[in-house]
Parts: sequence; C-alpha cells; structure tokens
Amino acid sequence: MYDTIIIGAGMSGLAAGIRLAHFDQRVCILERHYTIGGLNSFYRMNGRDYDVGLHAMTNFSRKGTKTGPLPKLLRQLRLRWDDFQLAEQLGSEIRFPGVSLQFGNDAELLRSEIAEHFPDQVDGYDRVVGRLLDYDDLDGDNPDFLRSSREVLAECISEPLLVEMLLCPLMWYGNARQNDMDFGQFCIMFRACYLEGFARPFKGVRLILKNLVRKFRGLGGELKLRSGVSRIHVEDGHATGVVLDDGTELEGRRILSSAGAIETLRLCDDITEAEVAKAGQLSFIESISILDKQPQQLGFDRTILFYNDSERFHWQRPETGLCDVRTGVVCSPNNYAYAPDEGSLPDGIIRITTLADHDRWCALSDKAYRAEKVVQQDAAIESAIRFMPDFRRHVIDADVFTPKTIRRFTWHDNGAVYGAPEKQLDGTTHVDNLYLCGTDQGFVGIVGAIVSGISMANRYCLRPME
Amino acid sequence: MTNDEIREEIIDILEDIAPDEDLGDLDDEKSFRDQLELDSMDFLDIVMELRKRHRVQVPEEDYPQLASMASTVAYLEPKMRDIVKN
Ligand SMILES: Cc1cc2nc3c(=O)[nH]c(=O)nc-3n(C[C@H](O)[C@H](O)[C@H](O)COP(=O)(O)OP(=O)(O)OC[C@H]3O[C@@H](n4cnc5c(N)ncnc54)[C@H](O)[C@@H]3O)c2cc1C
Repeated sequence: MYDTIIIGAGMSGLAAGIRLAHFDQRVCILERHYTIGGLNSFYRMNGRDYDVGLHAMTNFSRKGTKTGPLPKLLRQLRLRWDDFQLAEQLGSEIRFPGVSLQFGNDAELLRSEIAEHFPDQVDGYDRVVGRLLDYDDLDGDNPDFLRSSREVLAECISEPLLVEMLLCPLMWYGNARQNDMDFGQFCIMFRACYLEGFARPFKGVRLILKNLVRKFRGLGGELKLRSGVSRIHVEDGHATGVVLDDGTELEGRRILSSAGAIETLRLCDDITEAEVAKAGQLSFIESISILDKQPQQLGFDRTILFYNDSERFHWQRPETGLCDVRTGVVCSPNNYAYAPDEGSLPDGIIRITTLADHDRWCALSDKAYRAEKVVQQDAAIESAIRFMPDFRRHVIDADVFTPKTIRRFTWHDNGAVYGAPEKQLDGTTHVDNLYLCGTDQGFVGIVGAIVSGISMANRYCLRPME
Repeated sequence: MTNDEIREEIIDILEDIAPDEDLGDLDDEKSFRDQLELDSMDFLDIVMELRKRHRVQVPEEDYPQLASMASTVAYLEPKMRDIVKN
C-alpha cells in the first residue's frame, strides 16, 4: 500500500514525488513512457541530443534572490541554485510588421522600448503593471482572475497594436484558451516572462530532470517507467488504487495525477463518459534545424523571437490546413550567456514553433504524414525568415515533431500543450482522494508545473497529518 | 537537548530548507520572515522537519510562536528538553 501514487513522471509529478518522499511517505510515480519528462523530455537522434520542449525556463531570478517562484521551488525541493546551472538569455524580441520590442531579464528594457516606440502608451503600460495580481492572489479566488485580458488591457492601453504585441509571447508561453487569456494566467505569464525573464542550463532539460529524479530516488521514492495507468479503481467516490496497462494492481491511500483533467477522469472506473468537448485545442509543430554555424555568426543573436505577420495576433487552432504559420516562436539555445568554462553548444540550433491542428495531422496516412513534416517545416522556416536572417544554407540536420508526436508520448488529448482552457485551480476531482497536478491544475511551463506539483502535494498529500 | 542544541538543530533545518542562505549573522530576536523571506510554505516545512527528525508535534495554532529564533527555542524547550542529541 502506497501513501501516494503519482501518475506521470513529468515536471509536476517528479516535484510532487520529491516533497512526499522527503517527508517519508511511501510514494510511487507511474509513467507510461519509457523515459521521464513528459511534455519536456529529451531524445537522441543521429548522434545528437535534442530537447523536446525547453526553449527557456521562465521566472529567472539571480542567485541569492529570496522571493519569487524559482527560489521558492528550490527551497521546497531542497535544491541549490547551482543545481540548475542557469545561464541568462542574451535578449528576446517581439517582432510585428514595422515595429519590434526588445525585452530581457531586466524589466526596464521592455518599458524603455515601449517608451521609444509607443511614447504615449508608457503610462498605460505602467497601469497594467500596477494592476497585476500578486503570486499570492493566484489561487483563483480573486474575481479578476477569470476576466478577459484583452478587456483589462484595453482599459489601460489605447493602442491595439501594443496590446497584441504584449499578448503574443504570453499566449505562446502559457495560454490554453483560444483568442483571449484569463487575466490571472496573464499575470502569471507577465511576471514569468517580462518581469523575471528567461534562462537555460547549458545541458538543457536533461540537467533539470536528472536532478529531480536523482533527488526523488535518493529519498527512497519509486519510479516505474513503462507503467501506464489504465484504470483508477473508485468505490463510493473514493479511490482505492490503480490498474496498470499490464494488469498489475497497486493500492494507494491517495492519487495525484498529472495526466490531465479529462484524461484522468476517463481512467476512473465510475465514469462512463468524460466531457471530451472541454479538452484543449492548441497544439504545435516544432521544427528544429541544426546549423553548421552558431546563429550569431549568421547575424542572429536573439534568445527567443516571437513574430506575427499582421497587426492582429491570432491565437487559435488553424482554421484550414495543418499549420498556421502567421505567427511563431524562434528559439536559439545558443543565445544564452553560458559560463566561460561551459563554452558554447557544439552545434548551432534554431527551433521554430508553429500552431498546428491535431486532428488533421492524425488523419494523414503514414506516407502523407512523413511528407507533410518536411513541407510544413519548410513553410515554418519560410515564414520565420521574414523576421530573421535566412539560415537555410547552413542546415546540416533537422527534426520535426507534431501534435501527433506530442500526443503519442504524453497521452494528452489533442496533443494540447497547455491542456484544457478551464483549469481546476484547487486540484480536486469528483473522487475525494484523487487530485490533479500540472498542466490542468493550472500552472504550465517548467517552473509552473514544478510549482503545481509542490503545492498540490503540500495541500492534499502532506497536510492532514494524522 | 539544551537550548543551544535546540538552536543548532533549528539552524540545521534552516540550512536544509534554504541551502543558499548565509545563516551566520542571523539575529535571534528578529523574525525569520523578515531576515530570510520565509513564507507560510517554509514555516510548514520547519514544522514538518521537526516532526520528521524528532517526532515533535507543533499544532497549527502554535505556528506564530515560531516567528523568530528566540521565540522558537523558548517554545520548543519543554518539548525537546528530554530528547537526547545524537
Ligand atoms: C514543444 C514544446 C515546447 C515547450 N517549451 C517550453 C519552454 O520553453 N519553457 C517552459 O517552461 N515550458 C515549455 N513547454 C511546456 C512544458 O513542457 C510543460 O508545461 C510542462 O512540462 C508540463 O508538465 P506536467 O508535469 O504538467 O505535464 P507532463 O509533462 O505532460 O507530464 C504528464 C506525464 O504523465 C504521463 N502520463 C499520461 N497519462 C498517463 C497514464 N495513464 N499512466 C501513466 N503515465 C501517464 C505522460 O507520459 C507524462 O510524462 C513546452 C512544451 C512543448 C510541448
């Protein structure tokens, strides 16, 4: 009998596991895939290391800072700042036709860029910053949490283009809702991206995952890979345990699931029909190009570039076609200020993220699917080079993954990267000892998912101490 | 445990919770919150570490007693006096 069974060895599940194992619980993390990491895993191909997700860790704070999500999660996981070896971004940018705004880890940069390009909107921008909810107010109780961000922004900023430009990176990095964004989520992402900023470990997501899993195992936690949960046993509204894909049964006093809200409900054997209509719709393709040069040698020194090719930013599932390349994110992991003893990454890398439609990708035959990967990667690059130097002559290797890939390795409905638009902020379900953590509890991104795992573990699995 | 040993034990717990913190110049009379920016999650951790390490229970209504080092040691003295330091 386990004290807690955790479904999923992504960021949130591993973080929750560390908390529980640290306080001597018997805890087991069950992961269906053959490796850890979930939406932010890693793989090896043609002799090269690839990250699935990591463009940037948001919420950067310098060593010695005591407040904010990063110091908080390090304390809770008993990790040192140096365990993540974070290198700061060189600088990021939002590019729309005719106007660009730079931002970095010093919040003043974005403000000065707005003062330069939108001089009569600086006061409005300051009003937005003044209205941001604090991290402490983000449990969803604040009535402003569910307001429309577009509405709140329009009350402060009279230039629609600036509103679109400010929303673009924040929606890209953490908005499950199409076209608009809950104001609470906007506040989380605004702090994470514009006020705190981006960083990355030289070794990428591997380093973070390795540290989390080492800590978990060191505390006596059990991790079972290739151990998908096919059913959660529920009796009279109470979960008694799980059944694995191979039929093995495990008992637990409580269950914490990072599989997603609908995905988790579907596992419960007292539910006949989960509300599939509520699943998230937004998924991506990620086109990764390996270059024979460092991007800076080609004149590209941006860490993350968010581009959009018209005055209006369209954040929705593609209406026609497999992908919508009007907007995208370009990331170069090379463009971080790595420590001198780390040097530079062995290859030049350009990653481009584009909105994609899960159902259309999944409807393709195998042959068409393979062909479309190439076609859509070319289209994504062609769109991106309107906003950056043309790097195509320097490509020596490439990989693409699609909503189908994301779905296949994380089992999230629709390959939805940020989960369902309606979040379950208190983490509860219809089953009294089954809780949600991660994406569908409400905190997304690497830091968000870790914070979610910690807070749900604290709130439901540690607190009522008999 | 003597009061000095209890203090040492609390320092040890704080080092565990905040490994990047320099606790050498901690002022025993000033609140942890102001000096170390500890929040409610961290206080809960101090309580849970005490339980984990010494089986000392601190009921929720007593949490305010753990505000500073001086008040924490005073509060724990009767609970920990009979524990043998190992
Ligand atoms: C292309 C891409 C780029 C991204 N870029 C960034 C970035 O730059 N910065 C950033 O901060 N974030 C980024 N993210 C987002 C970030 O990766 C996620 O928000 C975060 O990893 C979510 O963690 P999680 O624990 O909530 O969920 P997941 O990682 O999805 O974990 C859930 C786990 O549960 C497992 N599982 C599901 N069902 C079952 C079952 N029935 N039984 C057992 N196991 C099961 C899954 O395999 C998975 O491992 C990116 C994501 C993607 C896809």
